Amino acid sequence: MRHILSLLLENEAGALSRVAGLFSARGYNIESLTVAPTEDPTLSRMTIVTNGSAEVMEQITKQLNKLVDVVKVFDLNEGRHLERELMLVKMRAEDSAREEIKRTADIFRGRIVDVTDQTYTIELTGPRDKLDAFLEALDPLMILETVRTGASGIGRGDWIMRV
Amino acid sequence: MQLSGAEITIRCLEEEGVEYIFGYPGGAVLFIYDALFQQDKVKHILVRHEQAALHAADAYARATGRPGVALVTSGPGVTNAVTGIATAYMDSIPMVVISGQVPTAAIGLDAFQEVDTVGITRPCVKHNFLVKRVEDLAETMKKAFYVATTGRPGPVLVDIPKDVSQQVTEFLYPAQIEMRSYNPVVKGHPGLIRQAVQMLLEARRPMVYAGGGVVLGEASGLLTQLVRELGVPCTNTLMGLGAFPATDPQFVGMLGMHGTYEANLAMHHCDVLLAVGARFDDRVIGNTRHFFVEGRRIIHIDIDPSSISKRVRVDVPIVGDVREVLQEMQKLVAETPQRLDPVALKQWWHQIGEWRGRECMHYERSDTLIKPQFVVETLYQVTQGDAIITSDVGQHQMWAAQYYKFDKPRRWLNSGGLGTMGFGLPAAMGAQLAFPDQVVACITGEASIQMCIQELSTCKQYHLPVKIVNLNNRYLGMVRQWQQILHGNRYSESYMDALPDFVKLAESYGHVGIRIENPADVEGALREAFALKERVVFLDFMTDPTENVFPMVKAGQGLTEMLLGAEDL
Repeated sequence: MRHILSLLLENEAGALSRVAGLFSARGYNIESLTVAPTEDPTLSRMTIVTNGSAEVMEQITKQLNKLVDVVKVFDLNEGRHLERELMLVKMRAEDSAREEIKRTADIFRGRIVDVTDQTYTIELTGPRDKLDAFLEALDPLMILETVRTGASGIGRGDWIMRV
Repeated sequence: MQLSGAEITIRCLEEEGVEYIFGYPGGAVLFIYDALFQQDKVKHILVRHEQAALHAADAYARATGRPGVALVTSGPGVTNAVTGIATAYMDSIPMVVISGQVPTAAIGLDAFQEVDTVGITRPCVKHNFLVKRVEDLAETMKKAFYVATTGRPGPVLVDIPKDVSQQVTEFLYPAQIEMRSYNPVVKGHPGLIRQAVQMLLEARRPMVYAGGGVVLGEASGLLTQLVRELGVPCTNTLMGLGAFPATDPQFVGMLGMHGTYEANLAMHHCDVLLAVGARFDDRVIGNTRHFFVEGRRIIHIDIDPSSISKRVRVDVPIVGDVREVLQEMQKLVAETPQRLDPVALKQWWHQIGEWRGRECMHYERSDTLIKPQFVVETLYQVTQGDAIITSDVGQHQMWAAQYYKFDKPRRWLNSGGLGTMGFGLPAAMGAQLAFPDQVVACITGEASIQMCIQELSTCKQYHLPVKIVNLNNRYLGMVRQWQQILHGNRYSESYMDALPDFVKLAESYGHVGIRIENPADVEGALREAFALKERVVFLDFMTDPTENVFPMVKAGQGLTEMLLGAEDL
């Protein structure tokens, strides 16, 4: 099953490789991993999308907690949560296709953020399946380049994750 | 007080009460060695290879319970040390490793003797640090000792660039350290402890399975009291030998791949299993699917939450220091008059007695060939069971574990997790330094001993009169045994050809060498060796090359599927 893990870790050189190294050394999957400093510059917030059985997830959580640089680990699947990912897509956009692409982007609440005579670059945020659906709605031959950030997650409501 | 990084490093060791450090100098640590030279509180032991520095520091920690400290230079100094770091990591041994690094300005430029030390060691340390500013050095050293010795212990490495060791700053050693990201649990959950005690008291076929965590957690006295109070059988893992006394009638022997018939069967047929500081690893319980028994309940006490329900699902998980948890359990047992059902317990012991009747440790004696088991048994008698025994890895290690009856913890020092050949001799040095008046013997084989044989020179320099018991069967014995049993007698590269004359070799290092070729001479040679209290004695026992270690559970099989002897092959 797919799980979204939220981590707070010391914003230190090497902390990311400790987490990434743990996943590769123990054979856990990483679907995506994002990390950036928080409002407290000594802390980084990381979101890892992974998958595994309940037993594997228990081990992943325990092993992450064991890393000395990791301050907190939470499996967002344990509660209600939001998940967002940002995608940039560069499309071939010529002649009549330009209007069609723009309409599709509008339907998905995407924004065209860069334009040339031949191309559009579209920015889109949302949960993973929305971004997938957008790509499916496009003519694959017209897609020149896609960049996805991987998911960031946060708990819904009053629940907060902090030190 | 203004001190250089090098002086701060040594002062931190002093503050931590470090007696010995084991190391080898080189370019990146020259300032640190210079600081060492100008003081006399911390004594340095110069090994002949960095791997040995790590093993000696590791064994010092295993024998004393205090952290071992090693000092190596950058590049090859570190890569040579990695085997020793990984050895300590797998067995959860508290160590602080200080490594030199190229100057900060040269890092990343492929400088001479540069390696990414933090990167190379990351998967085999509990934690590591690269100190980029001399102002951070003292606090980092404090953190290193704190992390290494608390929670589940392990090696911590501090990488110090050469310029950091040279720069000067105000020295202030923090008395205490707090780390928001590191807070090991000590106390067990009271509700779960209560549940565990109740489960044990209601058991009809109880079993206690104690591992290295009991030794590391200084809990063997408490464990022994509890096991005796309840009258239940107890087994120790390879790492746990000595945690519960081997000569106690309630001890059913070591369990696992080469464990006793009775211990392995009792593990399988018990109805309540109490696992203390042990981790159900593959060499101990074999195949997890086979290990699963419907209805058997498992209580697991461990300081590391990730050790619980990793290979085997348990019913009562107790995260905490084994000492604290056993103390709580003992209190609860003392508060209640309830004890285990005496009839059921008697029946259980009767069953165990039947299994014991198989005499799985029996071996064929010989008047002409020296049986390795006989050497260990005789060593046990000659040293009155009171020596510190180190070992390397292979058949001799298993015979040492099976036939030397350890009654006390910290007397059996071996590489259980990583299985590092070459551990024995440097480990004996570390133990002998820690306990100069104690008898220290290294049980080894002609293959393992050659992996760190250069340390005979270190033994000479520091007058470390360790005794080397070489069970010389001219084979990589355990490899040969597996090839015989699992690979159709094809002895691929397991014969040790072109062996040195170990007697002359020992003599050339300034030690005593004795070769023993007849069973009748075994005891005399051992007595002669131990009478030479001030000398290193290399006892080269020419043993039966065909002897195998039994019982044996083949890799991937279950604990009850034991081969008990040659007749089962």
